[in-house]
Amino acid sequence: MTVALSEALPRRRGLGSPGPAVVAILIAVFLALFLIIPTASVVYVAFTERGTGAFTLVNIQDFFANDLFMRSLWNSFYVSTLTVVLASVFALPLAYITTRFDFRGSAIIQTLGFLPLIMPPFVGAVAMQLLFGRNGSINLLLYDWFGLRVPFMEGLNGVIFVQAIHYFPFILINLSAALRNIDRSMEEAAQNLGSSGIRLFRRIVFPLAMPGYIAGASLVFVKVFDDLATPLLLNVKDMLAPQAYLRVTSIGITDPMGYVIAVILIVVSVAAMWISALAFRGRDYATTQRGGGGLARRRMRPLEKLLAYAVVLVILALVLAPHVALTLLSFATIWSFSPLPDAFTTAHYERVFSDSFLYIKNTLLYASLAGVIDVVLGTAIAYLVLRTKLVGRQWLDWAATAALAVPGVVLGIGYLRTFYGVQLPNGAPLTSLWLVIVLALAIRRLPYALRACFAALQQISIALEEAAQNVGATPTRTVRRVVVPLMMGGILAGFVTSFATAAVELSAALMLVQTNSDAPLAYGLYVFMQSAAGRGPGAALGVIAVLLVAACTVLSQIIIARSQKNTGMSQ
Amino acid sequence: MNRFVLLAAALATSAMFAPAHAQNSRVAITTSFSKDVTDPIKASFEKANPGITLDIQNRNTNAGVKYLEETRSNNQLDIFWASAPDAFEVLKDKDLLQKYEPTVKGLPDKVGAYPINDPDGFYFGFAASGYGIMWNTRYAEANDLPDPKDWQDLAKPAYFDHVAIASPARSGTTHLTVETILQGEGWNEGWRTLKEVAGNFQTITERSFGVPEAVNSGQVGYGIVIDFFAFSAQGAGFPVKFVYPTVTTVVPANVGIVANAPNKEGAATFVDYLLSSEGQKVLLEPTIRRLPINPAVYADAPDGYPNPFKDPQFSSMMMFDVDKSGARTAVVDTLFDQLISFQLDNLKEVTKAIHEAEAALDKADNPQARALIKEARDMIASMPVTEEQASSAEITGAFTGAKEKGARQAELEQQWATFARDNYAKAKAKVDEAAKLAR
Repeated sequence: MTVALSEALPRRRGLGSPGPAVVAILIAVFLALFLIIPTASVVYVAFTERGTGAFTLVNIQDFFANDLFMRSLWNSFYVSTLTVVLASVFALPLAYITTRFDFRGSAIIQTLGFLPLIMPPFVGAVAMQLLFGRNGSINLLLYDWFGLRVPFMEGLNGVIFVQAIHYFPFILINLSAALRNIDRSMEEAAQNLGSSGIRLFRRIVFPLAMPGYIAGASLVFVKVFDDLATPLLLNVKDMLAPQAYLRVTSIGITDPMGYVIAVILIVVSVAAMWISALAFRGRDYATTQRGGGGLARRRMRPLEKLLAYAVVLVILALVLAPHVALTLLSFATIWSFSPLPDAFTTAHYERVFSDSFLYIKNTLLYASLAGVIDVVLGTAIAYLVLRTKLVGRQWLDWAATAALAVPGVVLGIGYLRTFYGVQLPNGAPLTSLWLVIVLALAIRRLPYALRACFAALQQISIALEEAAQNVGATPTRTVRRVVVPLMMGGILAGFVTSFATAAVELSAALMLVQTNSDAPLAYGLYVFMQSAAGRGPGAALGVIAVLLVAACTVLSQIIIARSQKNTGMSQ
Repeated sequence: MNRFVLLAAALATSAMFAPAHAQNSRVAITTSFSKDVTDPIKASFEKANPGITLDIQNRNTNAGVKYLEETRSNNQLDIFWASAPDAFEVLKDKDLLQKYEPTVKGLPDKVGAYPINDPDGFYFGFAASGYGIMWNTRYAEANDLPDPKDWQDLAKPAYFDHVAIASPARSGTTHLTVETILQGEGWNEGWRTLKEVAGNFQTITERSFGVPEAVNSGQVGYGIVIDFFAFSAQGAGFPVKFVYPTVTTVVPANVGIVANAPNKEGAATFVDYLLSSEGQKVLLEPTIRRLPINPAVYADAPDGYPNPFKDPQFSSMMMFDVDKSGARTAVVDTLFDQLISFQLDNLKEVTKAIHEAEAALDKADNPQARALIKEARDMIASMPVTEEQASSAEITGAFTGAKEKGARQAELEQQWATFARDNYAKAKAKVDEAAKLAR
């Protein structure tokens, strides 16, 4: 791959060498094999006529003629939009205070603010009900003292409340990464021209951090739009994703409407991503022109400091409440219709200790492999879309994003259909390899990593790459030594979100787990949470999962920070 | 990044070359039973049969059926083990089970009025369960509510917004409860009872265990559940009680050997063990609490343990018609969802209005208003399809993806939903009129 570099470099290259094209084709094949074909093998039913199997659009027509589905569609839009608003309310102050000010405990807040994303399935919902539910601790106390109840967890508002707590870290992580990436010289220039305070933030800092905010907000929107677990756990059924899930799993694989809804989910998700991409059209967010910088951190005046601590503490108390309840539950003997458990015990931890080692090992293995696959693919796709002019490069982005909208159970069944017939040399089906679970997890979490990588690359000025090539670096070397190191913050954000959320993913795993010895932690939780006596041990396993993922997150942050230092990237 | 890749790759290779299980000593089981049920049985089985390990894979009943269907070309499972008898009927119809004759002899043929085993020998009952009402005693005390005895009790105004059920489309056991009420009281009366109780629902959960979970934690007071959810919650120490209503039935939970099982011999050993008196005794464990089908085992049961072979309440239980239930499963579930689950807000609104109007009438009676309320109740109870239509080929065909053309499921759903919405609205108008008269 030696390209004559003496010639003037066009602003956007890529046609000159075959490298990008080869990479693009490899990615396309990967996506086709592990996302598009398995999904299509299930979803095509949406376009077939009952009985004859002929192509038809009548099912789509049925969708729009059905009151329940239209109500669900509207509810999904409503909930997703308001969740973005509420999540922004949680995320903006945390991100701003921790990146802009000299604030003690910034690192801890960033880590704690990330925890809500790791809410183990089932047990998390039980914990939240015990705290915020109709007869949860808070409402029991309120009723005792004031004779009133607050419906935190009921109806669509309950969904918005829980979803905002659960997914606001998407905005926090991406926005913080973006804020850190803004070149200090921009801020200094603005200050030199007399801008400061709120005006500086509103006119300079926030607009420059926009790629990060939009990346996070669009993820929250699409994720909430496609999420079925939270509405179902709150027993809200008239939203689109739960409708798809309920139909696919209860009416059966021959019913077209479940897949019609899946198709609608995919279309809306891709459209939302496309609109968020339109917001960037014709704008340049690249400010990193000299290898990083980050905003200057300011000292706060005492009163400001007090206010900042108050805001941070209130938000953290709210978003971490489910984890507090989970911890209480894991030590509780019986907790029923009372503000606090009857008594405490460590028996649940003893019970799960022997089982959990296997689950932990599997979870770490699957989630880290999935995370690595995701950031590698995410970086490559972001580079291809933003830095080359390959025909159809946008499709890679859209296809990968569509994965958000494919319900886990559809992907799981698709994998069984596509790969079960493929036999290994010893006669066992290909799906009996745990690697298939990893691939399913990687595909399901790819959009997270992809958005983070996109935002990171958008902030890097192409001038740095041109400079590297002008002094003789090959394109591969430029990517490896300049682009990737500069994107590292975003790549890390992507890895962490993919890893952490893959670690608690259940729906695809449930279809693909073939032996108990290959099962991840979420599956172990599911098995515990089916019985009265399993609630405590399930909560204990949930706490272990949260601690584990949090520890890995901190560890990976340290490793990256060190390697950045070694390569002279730290500031 | 490189370090990550290296670490991950190293982990991956080490796990790839981990020693495989010795094939002949492993029995692969898919089950919907929780760990609290499977762990003690696995432990005692492996102790009694050294050299055989059970590989227990947990999937809910529907997912298990689907999994067997999707993987039949190269089946790796030996045993299907679950509660709902109708799931076994489905598997049997699709040739996914194989015949076996257990070596254990001398077990009864029936529990209550229900045959324990499949007459063709494809699956076998190993434990019995009945349906009823469970409640949280702390919740009942705090809200000053009486103990219910029968389904109709739950329709009383006192229980408004205090009751939970799982959607029958999602829970095989709830489906059987609904079907039991429909068969016990008749199609029209049964639906009337169901809708009157449904007017008091606080929530309709998406999975079976959601109901006992909500009752255990006190979020909901009363749940319509299968008995062992309540008994095992009591075993775990939760403040709950349970009652069998008069119209109910006991049905067996089953086990069957999968067609083309890789380890047929091991599978047979497991089935025989479950039916042996040794295996039956494990069912009495506090975390399991199911009713054994071997009458002799009840001698070891704790005091107050229900015995379907002796207690009088079980002998009067109704005969459950499996064929009737099987033919209309999807229709009944969809009717429940369209008339109740997805119209719950409307149904609750009119139910509340009826409760209030009747309370006012109890103070000052007005025959005209009473008549209006009766009309409203009849309107709520009315059904878009008759019993005959519900099992007609014309309607069931829409739900099975039948080969011939016909009405689509989505079309029927929209019709039924509109029917329910309009009727509930009309009923509400009548009740409002009655309320005015009562004032």
